[in-house]
Amino acid sequence: MAKKRNADYILETIHVTKQFGGLVAVKDLSIQVPYQSIYSVIGPNGAGKTTFFNCITGFYKVTEGDILLDGESIVGLRPDIIVKKGISRTYQNIRLFQNLTALENVMVGHHPRMHAGWLGAVLNTPATRHEEAETRKLAMELLEFVGLKGYEQELATNLPYGQQRRLEIARALASEPKLLLLDEPTAGMNPSETEEMTNFIDNLRKELGITVLLIEHDMRVVMTISDYITVLDYGEKIAEGKPEDVRANPRVIEAYLGRGAATQHKAKAA
Amino acid sequence: MDKELKFTWSDIIKYGAIGGVVAVYVILIGMVVAFNERYIIAETLTLGQIALFAPTFLLAYFAANNARKIKSLSFSIIASALAGLVTGVFVAALLVLASKVNIREVFLNVSPELLEILHFGKDSLTGATIMIMIFNLAVGLLGGLFALTPRRWSNAILMGASLVALMGIMQELMSITFGNKDWFKPVSEFIYAKKGLSWGGTALFMLLGILGSLWRSSASLHPGTKIAKMPRRQQQTIRIASFLLGLIILLWLPRFLGSYPSEILTTVGIYIIMGLGLNIVVGFAGLLDLGYVAFFAIGAYTVGILTTTGKLATMEWGFWMALPAAVFLATMAGVILGIPVLKMRGDYLAIVTLGFGEIIRILVLSDWLKPYIGGAQGILQIPKPSIGDYAFKGPQQIYYIVLIGILLVGYIAWRLRDARIGRAWKAMREDEDVAEAMGIHLVSTKLLAFATGAAFAGLSGAIFAAKLGSIFPHSFNLIVSINVLSLIIVGGIGSLPGVVVGALILVGLPELLREFADYRMLFYGALLVAMMLVKPEGFIPEKTHARELHQKPLEPEVAPEAPAKEAI
Amino acid sequence: MLRNFMRKYDVTDIVMWLIGLGLLLVVLWGSYKTLFVIQKYESSVWLDFFIFGLAQGSVYALIALGYTLVYGILFMINFAHGEVFTGGVFTAYFVAIAMERSGFIERHWVLALLILMAIAMTVSVAIAVLLERIAYRPLRGAPRLVPLITAIGASFFLQYTYRGIYGSGVKTYPDFPALDGKLNLLGREWPILTTQALVIVVAALMMVFLYWYVQKTKAGKAMRAVAEDKEAAALMGIDVDQVIVNTFALGGAMAGVAGILYALLFKQVNAFMGFIPGIKAFTAAVLGGIGNVPGAMLGGLFLGIVESLGPSLILDGLGIPAPYQLKDAIAFTLLVLVLIFRPTGILGERLSEKKA
Repeated sequence: MAKKRNADYILETIHVTKQFGGLVAVKDLSIQVPYQSIYSVIGPNGAGKTTFFNCITGFYKVTEGDILLDGESIVGLRPDIIVKKGISRTYQNIRLFQNLTALENVMVGHHPRMHAGWLGAVLNTPATRHEEAETRKLAMELLEFVGLKGYEQELATNLPYGQQRRLEIARALASEPKLLLLDEPTAGMNPSETEEMTNFIDNLRKELGITVLLIEHDMRVVMTISDYITVLDYGEKIAEGKPEDVRANPRVIEAYLGRGAATQHKAKAA
Repeated sequence: MDKELKFTWSDIIKYGAIGGVVAVYVILIGMVVAFNERYIIAETLTLGQIALFAPTFLLAYFAANNARKIKSLSFSIIASALAGLVTGVFVAALLVLASKVNIREVFLNVSPELLEILHFGKDSLTGATIMIMIFNLAVGLLGGLFALTPRRWSNAILMGASLVALMGIMQELMSITFGNKDWFKPVSEFIYAKKGLSWGGTALFMLLGILGSLWRSSASLHPGTKIAKMPRRQQQTIRIASFLLGLIILLWLPRFLGSYPSEILTTVGIYIIMGLGLNIVVGFAGLLDLGYVAFFAIGAYTVGILTTTGKLATMEWGFWMALPAAVFLATMAGVILGIPVLKMRGDYLAIVTLGFGEIIRILVLSDWLKPYIGGAQGILQIPKPSIGDYAFKGPQQIYYIVLIGILLVGYIAWRLRDARIGRAWKAMREDEDVAEAMGIHLVSTKLLAFATGAAFAGLSGAIFAAKLGSIFPHSFNLIVSINVLSLIIVGGIGSLPGVVVGALILVGLPELLREFADYRMLFYGALLVAMMLVKPEGFIPEKTHARELHQKPLEPEVAPEAPAKEAI
Repeated sequence: MLRNFMRKYDVTDIVMWLIGLGLLLVVLWGSYKTLFVIQKYESSVWLDFFIFGLAQGSVYALIALGYTLVYGILFMINFAHGEVFTGGVFTAYFVAIAMERSGFIERHWVLALLILMAIAMTVSVAIAVLLERIAYRPLRGAPRLVPLITAIGASFFLQYTYRGIYGSGVKTYPDFPALDGKLNLLGREWPILTTQALVIVVAALMMVFLYWYVQKTKAGKAMRAVAEDKEAAALMGIDVDQVIVNTFALGGAMAGVAGILYALLFKQVNAFMGFIPGIKAFTAAVLGGIGNVPGAMLGGLFLGIVESLGPSLILDGLGIPAPYQLKDAIAFTLLVLVLIFRPTGILGERLSEKKA
């Protein structure tokens, strides 16, 4: 949650390309994410959105191009270093540590900000104890923030779906990120849960001052909360801009919104 | 499952036949003969007979249990008896076959002794066949009745029977241990006959077991629930008091038990230390290390080489000087072997560590290194440790070194488990990719687990060398790794008390039963399979780990286009 | 420049490459000394080594097929496969003894050999299928280490079962007098023992059969479909359970034949004989890229030859006494190196992206 700004954008990708063998999953993609914005990446299935996320978090090595966080290149860094630099993420198909408690999950999230080592743990030094207590406190606060107060000792696997989503966000927040990558946070949710999640994401920025990079399928969510949108198709950027511009862009309607928007309109009319 | 919805006559035959195959297996593998000298109840029941009839009993039990779900009580009882009878047919068929044809050339254990046992005192083959049938029918019936007894009572009977069996097995150990005590003679005369428990002893232990079990199952009297109701301060006092009491008992134990039982306890203790180490590697960090014995060997050989006063004498250090060197070298070996292997995925890691273990064993045995480490002849004349004038000369004294080792290592494991590192290990065990995305540096975190485990094994090996006074390569083969793995799995992967219980059962119990030695690995193998199939979390599960092994990996039901397509 | 380099590679990578380089230098130095300085062996000796390596490599290759087939479909290491191999040949031993006593082997050695193979195959297939049914099937979908631990348990259970039932001693397989000496064919003597030639030919035939089966038959195609994608295969009406049973059976059959060939080469059987060849065959499977059928064959041959030539070629030159004691260590070192440096094998692993 650092306030100092070294660059114009918190995240900038410059001509990023990712290739798997002959398949180009992300092609020459450049985006600029301003500080404290909510930035959405949308596109049909298989458009390369998640691959793009995996490139940013260092899980994949980009084939070409550069990625700047706060003006500093993070290409080629290991995922655990990138987390330390301030990017953290959630997954499209929830990937919690299923058999750890909710509290432990969030405390693991704080791992990169902790220092206790082997010896500290064994000797139970005051510094370790202090750090452990602080982490526990932070984790409790985060659980409360995402509305999971009272579920601290529950195993992640036993939580209902919506709560697992929020627990995953709490875990991501525990690493004190500047930039939060959310991969389809409303997938599989009903309309009221979706609305709740939308408000929640909006709150993240308002209350914690975090920039959010979002992959989302639900057009209503995207159009409501995004400041900027980039549309991908077959790994390529086909449009970008403010929600209203994107909505009006004929290429987007053709490639992506086309049928969906039409049916939606029809449904509304009926 | 539709299997549970029906239970027909052919199912009875199926259960009986499975029992028959298992019974024939038990006979052919030689257990019946090997265990036949061990009387549980004097002149009545031997361990061999238990082995012979256990399959009958178990399968009849299952048959009655499943039958009862849909059929009447009387049908279930008949089902169990018939299943027993079918099992009997198999055993009788084996007897007939063995009497008519010489199959001993293939099946080594079909000895005259075996045939004598199977004749049950009858001279004619027909008489013996009838006896086998009657006995199996009766045992089957017993199994069925047991299955239909209310749970509380059947548990109590089981407890009583187990206690009787245990006391029967322990007869020899009891007389070795307490033979010279005054109080022992009258007690022994009451509970034991010449071989096996007397009827009085049998009744006594049966009753004790039943009462104990009934007392435990009535929740209001259970001490655990009582303590949980007490105020916090008081709970803590009780905890500290019981810890101190336990410690005093542990300190006093070798003096009370004498030399031979202390020897067994030291061996168990050495395995506990190793188990605690492997538990960190496998249980916490989820890295299956099959070459764990290599670190044990390094610890032992370091102490051996540095302290020996025999042919291979080098430094002739004292044990206390060599001990830190042993732990240090084992740790370094853990790091050095760890660096290359830890980037591998789980199942490959298991094989590579196994390969490493074997390489070390082959090198130790080779002529090439013989001038330094003794080859197959090993290292002799390793002096016993001593502090000042006090020499740790026998198992009763080494016991204390082991005890300190266990307390130290157990404390470290316990502290690490709930610390930042422990959480990182567990996170890694659950999902490596996500753990890395949460800021955990995989290689160094794994390395730490590997090194800690190796250090514990090194300590254990060092004590082992001092205890035996001489070491040979054959003490360090793959079997040791498998033993340790088995004991942590039986106790419960990731569970610290589980390690202790696992070691007591898997290392301690076989030491009591010499006849068992031949079947030890057979038993371990079967146990590994059975545990994974039935109770993968072990008998004393780690609280959070319990559900993991039962559960299938996260299926993407909710987000249908999950993992496979995530790549694109 | 250096910063970029350090970014891409861990310290561990560098340590690993240094270890690799060091080992390579040792191998080169040892071979150089043996070939050009010591010159203890003549070229005919090297040829003998090579042919022996080829023969034992064929056996490894056949066993390796069992690992590779199962891994290709279930992504599990069937650790007990070495014991599937033992079960067949050890059981066939008793028949072989009976046939020797009755003089059957001398009169009809081809028929005797075929009978032995049939028995070994039957028993191995039975063990493999039972193993799958009892120990592995209930664990399908469990976390990866669970079936592996089960397989390890099964491996020890089977070893000690053989020991308990058949006894712990080493048994000597009967001799096939017709196979003694060097191969006499087309009116001249070839520099290869008849047994070795037979082993290589039979193994080659089995491999050709297997390749044909997997590539051309309907059952083989179903097998490949299941390996690609179980759910999709099931949707296409393929009985996945049956295909998995077939796979285990096929691997068992190969192991059964391998057992008899092993007995022809080494003349000895015992309860634990399958363990080391099993691990070596697994090495071979990984060498060729696990899941890759031709890879397993090549991997087996390669490993057999390395193991046969290695001790004399590399270790003799380094002045290590009794180098033959270390031949297993060479195989295991190869295993460790392959898994570290090229876990996808020489030919590359099929389906590897799926598991990534």
